[in-house]
This record gives sequence, structure tokens and C-alpha cells, in this order.
Amino acid sequence: MIYNDSKTLLEVHGLRASVNGVEILKGLDFTVKSGEVHAIMGPNGSGKSTFAKVLAGHAAYEVTAGSVLFEGKNLFDLAPEERARAGVFLAFQYPIEIPGVANSQFLRLAYNTVQAQRGQEELDPLEFDDFVREKMKLLDMSPDFLGRSVNEGFSGGEKKRNEILQMALLDPRLAILDETDSGLDIDALRIVSQGVNQLANRENAIVLVTHYQRLLNYIVPDFVHVMESGRIVKTGDKSLALELETRGYDWVAAERPAAAVAAVAA
Amino acid sequence: MSTVLSIRRPAAGYLETLLEGQPQLRASPLAWINALRAEAVRRLDALTVPTLQDEAWRFTDISPLTRLWVRPVRSATDLHAADIAKFHLEDATIRLIFVDGVYAPQLSSTLTDGGVLVANLSSADAAQAAAIKPHLSRHAAFGDNVFAAVNTAFLQDVAVIVVPRNLTLAAPVHLLFIATQADVASHPRCLLVAESGSNVTLIEDYVALQDGAYFVNPVTEIALADQAHVKHIRVQRDSAKAFHIADCAVSLGRSSNYQSVSIALGAQISRYNLNVLLAEGAECAVDGLALIAGSQLADTHTSIDHTQPHGTSRQLHKCIVGGSAHAVFNGKVMVRQGAQRTDSNQSSRNLLLTGKAQVDTKPQLEIFADDVKCAHGATIGQLDNDEVFYLKSRGLSDSVARSLLTYAFGAEIIDRIPVASLKRRLELRMLEQTGSPP
Repeated sequence: MIYNDSKTLLEVHGLRASVNGVEILKGLDFTVKSGEVHAIMGPNGSGKSTFAKVLAGHAAYEVTAGSVLFEGKNLFDLAPEERARAGVFLAFQYPIEIPGVANSQFLRLAYNTVQAQRGQEELDPLEFDDFVREKMKLLDMSPDFLGRSVNEGFSGGEKKRNEILQMALLDPRLAILDETDSGLDIDALRIVSQGVNQLANRENAIVLVTHYQRLLNYIVPDFVHVMESGRIVKTGDKSLALELETRGYDWVAAERPAAAVAAVAA
Repeated sequence: MSTVLSIRRPAAGYLETLLEGQPQLRASPLAWINALRAEAVRRLDALTVPTLQDEAWRFTDISPLTRLWVRPVRSATDLHAADIAKFHLEDATIRLIFVDGVYAPQLSSTLTDGGVLVANLSSADAAQAAAIKPHLSRHAAFGDNVFAAVNTAFLQDVAVIVVPRNLTLAAPVHLLFIATQADVASHPRCLLVAESGSNVTLIEDYVALQDGAYFVNPVTEIALADQAHVKHIRVQRDSAKAFHIADCAVSLGRSSNYQSVSIALGAQISRYNLNVLLAEGAECAVDGLALIAGSQLADTHTSIDHTQPHGTSRQLHKCIVGGSAHAVFNGKVMVRQGAQRTDSNQSSRNLLLTGKAQVDTKPQLEIFADDVKCAHGATIGQLDNDEVFYLKSRGLSDSVARSLLTYAFGAEIIDRIPVASLKRRLELRMLEQTGSPP
């Protein structure tokens, strides 16, 4: 939702980033205000997931230029765990399986770490168990998932629910959902989307990285951005997603002014 | 009886020191025990302490052990129940306690009902002794093994467990070996005879009440008759300066089942030799974990020998190595001619926590049969960066993330321990050792 009195959460200017010496992000500009839902779409290889990982602080991605301010502070001054504690959350496209670490322990450690950062009450295992079970109902998750190792043997859909459960527990200011819809059947998509919608409020913001318009029927974006070759090349409202669904991405490049195309090509 | 006293000393200087006091050993009322001792002492004449030149010891330099001046235990430490209460396992109520290798009857709770024997050798009656004789020193025949020979030369107190036919011992048997004195050598000995169709869980537990240097030299023999089931958990949590060199020999009868988990946490130098011999249709699962740091060295040598058809063996051995510690694993799986339809899987997985940590791992398969299913493999690596990043992206600090993942790596083995109280104890120890949050 767009609010008149909203605060700027994220300001990205001229961001360039490389992985293994190959530049993926080539001068990206992007602004998110509290209360908003943004969708970033674009063809494979356009840099969507790279952008998400750069924001979360993955060490494999080297930032070479530009700036990212999160709530007015330089995001790159913060280590990944500090970003998480400050309220940046990335729902992974491919959540990592961690055999031997109980999901309940992992969730509680993460929750308590963030609570401590905010000067709020930490929960002991029993208190946390009650708390997390309530949150799991939101995502129609069985409590069985608490006793299992983190993501180990979870189906694709179960992993994605576990990601959104973490989002529910950590209550981030900025949630970046990297292809959370991929691998979900219609029922799971609906449940996960409902969960995300319930977590959205006027204090936080959500950035959906997706290939498909389908997700946006459930989580309605305020802005839709098209990313291509490491930059955002077009921004519109939710109708842009429908247009992309019917027309593909090629027309976006074709209608851009020659100057912009030249800049991308350079 | 006096034959023991007339035996000549072996030539090597270190062995001489080690055998000091052996001639003064009180003669056993069992003539065959005295004969075994004498045989071992004679054999030691021809044996020397292994060096790095010996293939089986090429990664494990035990010269620090040979520089430790040890003496036999002269007077037993007087311990009270309260001193050792912290080592008790709630669900293992039958326990035999050995203090510096000497049986402590006042601390132990034996079992001698209905043909079951869980006691020190000295309490065995004539019939029981006769049942023990065909096993003792037969499964772990010392042969060229100098340390097993030294152990046998000092044969006196023996933890003996005999489980009669088709009987299941519901509670695990806890053998607790407590080191209380520095600069001593002890030679713990254990024999488990599981008669056909019986079922028992054995815990062999090495602990210390002091942090000095000492030498523990245990030999364990386990005989499973046809269709017997034995679970064997071995925990080596000796003091940080200790030396621990152990042998264990397991003989599996037809369609018997042996599952073992061995955990090495303590000692500056430890070595565990486990030899498992399988008859037709026998199954074994042999798992291990070495969790070491500082300048520790933990060496595990296992041999799984399929002598007859339709045997199954599984092995997962893990090492977590920090500091400038050094872990060694040598796992041989032998499939003899005629051991058709053997199904064997062996895996050695190793986690190096620092640049100075070292692992030498050597899984070996020797197959002389043509219709078998065998696999083996080894990995050596560091913590997975993507796993670390995932945890950090949820707010966990780098050190907590790494500790948690290290803990998880070892927990896979600890999880296989079938005794809840021991499992919990080791989980806590591992949390502490890896610096993980509770």
C-alpha cells in the first residue's frame, strides 16, 4: 500500500556488483518506502537474484560501485547478521538444508538474536514452542517441522513455507522474497501468499522477485519493475505485470529511448 | 602358580619400564590366566613398540608415550560413591567400576541372576570361568600387537559379561574406567559373551578425575553367538594429557547383529583398533566420531572382515579437527573369497576447523569375491559457506553459526547412541566443546 506519510526504507543508487569478476548489476536504482509492495520481474540472468543476495550480504558478490541506504544508513557497513538484526530479510530461492540442526533450535536462536537486538524479551524453549506453533498455523504448517533438521527432506513447498515462517518470526522491516513462488502448487501458493499478506503492514515493505505474474494475483504489488541486464529499465503498476505476461519482455527493450539502450549496451 | 615369577624381561627399555611390577602380580587362582600372562610376557621378548616406520602407525607418533615414565598402580585410590556420581548414567544401573584399572566392588553393582553374569572375573564360579576360558584372549589374540600383549601380561581384573541364550538385558551395562592417578599405566580388560539369540547393550566409558598424564591400555573382546544382538558404545573422555591405546575384537556368529558407536574426545594421543569378524548373514554398523582440538591426535583403525556370504556392514566415521590437532582414520573392509552377497558401505567424513588441523584418512576395500555390493568414500572439508551464510542471514553471529554447524556435523553420530542419558551427556559436552548455544 502506498501511504503519503511513509518513510524511505531502501535507497539504491547506481549499484554495480560482480560475481567471479563478471559484472551482473550495472548501475541499478531502486527506492522502497514503508508500506509498499514491489515486484521485480525480468528474464533469466537479468540480475534479480544477484540483487537480492547483494542486499543480504552474500560474500560471493562483490559490490564495485553505487550505494545502498537502509533506513538512511549505509547497508554495506553491516555484516549479513547485522543486516538481519537491523530488519533486512531474504527468503531464499533455494533454502539451505542443514542436517543435524533442529529447526526449532534454529528458529529460536534466530528469533532471540533479533529480539535481543531490539531490546525485547527472549523466549526459552517452552515459551518459544507455544509462540512458534501459533505462527505455523498462519502457514498451515505441521508442528512436526519443528523437530526435524532445518529444511532437510522438506519438499520445495515446505522449504518455502519455512522461509515465510522465519519472516513471520523475525518481523523484518524489509523482506525480499526471492522466487518464493517457484516450485509451489496452487494451494501452497495461496497459503504462502496469505501468510505474506498478513505480515505486510504500513511499517514494513516487501520486495517480490518473481518470474511469473501468477504470484501477483495473490500478493498485489504497488509497483512492478522490469529488470534487464543488471538495471531496472521500466517501472509501472500491477497492470505492467499482466502486460509482461501476455507480451513477454522483448517489447520493453524495444520501446525504451535509444539513450537508455546505449547505456545498457555499454 | 609361580611360573609367572620366573619369566624373563623383554629387552626393549620402554617395555621393561612398562612391565615393571608384572612379576609381582598376584597369581590368579585360575591356572589358565597365569598361563596367558606368561605367554604374553614371553611374546613380548620378541616385540617392540611401533614407530612411524610401521605401516599401521605411520601417522601416529607414540614417542611421547614412551617418554612418559609410568609405574603400575601401587595402591588403589579410595573413591566414594559421591566422587563418581557425576559419571552415573540414569538408565544404566548395572555398572562395574574400575579405578586406575583396579576393580572397585564397593562402587559397582553386579548382576549374577538367572545365568547372567556381569561382574569382575574373580567373582565367576567354576562353571562361569569355564565358559569364559574359550573366549578370553581368543578374539583379541595379541599376536604381534605389543600393547595387547602388555595388557594380557597384566591380566587380573576383567569386566565379564555373559548373557545367556535368548535373554535380553533390558538395562545397558555401564563399564566405567576412572583414571585418578598420574604417571600410572592401567590395562583394563573386558569380555562380553552374548550367547545365541541374546540381546545386550554395553557402554565402555573412560573418564578421569585428574588432569595429569597417564596411560590407559584397554583390550575388549566381544563374542556374539548366532543371532545375538549387541550394541556397544565406547566413550573415550580421558584427560587432555592422557595416552589411550585400545584394542577391541568382535566376533559375529551367524545372523548376529553388532552396532557400535565410538566417541573419542580426550587424550593427547589416542588410538583405537577395532577388528570385526563376520560370519554368514551377520550384520554390523560401526560408527565413530573423533572431536579433537589443541595438539591432540586421535587415530582410529578399523577392520571389518567378511569371511562368509550374506554379511552386511555399515560404517560412518567422522572427525572434527580444530587447533593443530591431527585425526587419523584407517578403515579396512575385507571381503573374503566365498563371502558372496556381501553388502558393505563405508564412509569417512572429516571437518577441518582451522588451517593447521590435519586429517589422514584411508578407507580400504579388499574384495576377493565376485558377487558383492561394496562402496566406500572419504571427504575432507571445511564448513559450507552457504550454510554459514544462511544462518547469518537470520541474525546468527559468524561464531554461533560455525559452532552450530560443527555441532550438527558431530550430532549425526551422537544421535546413533541408543542410551538416552549418555546421548544427552555427550550432546552437552559437544555443545560446550564446539561453543554452540544450548
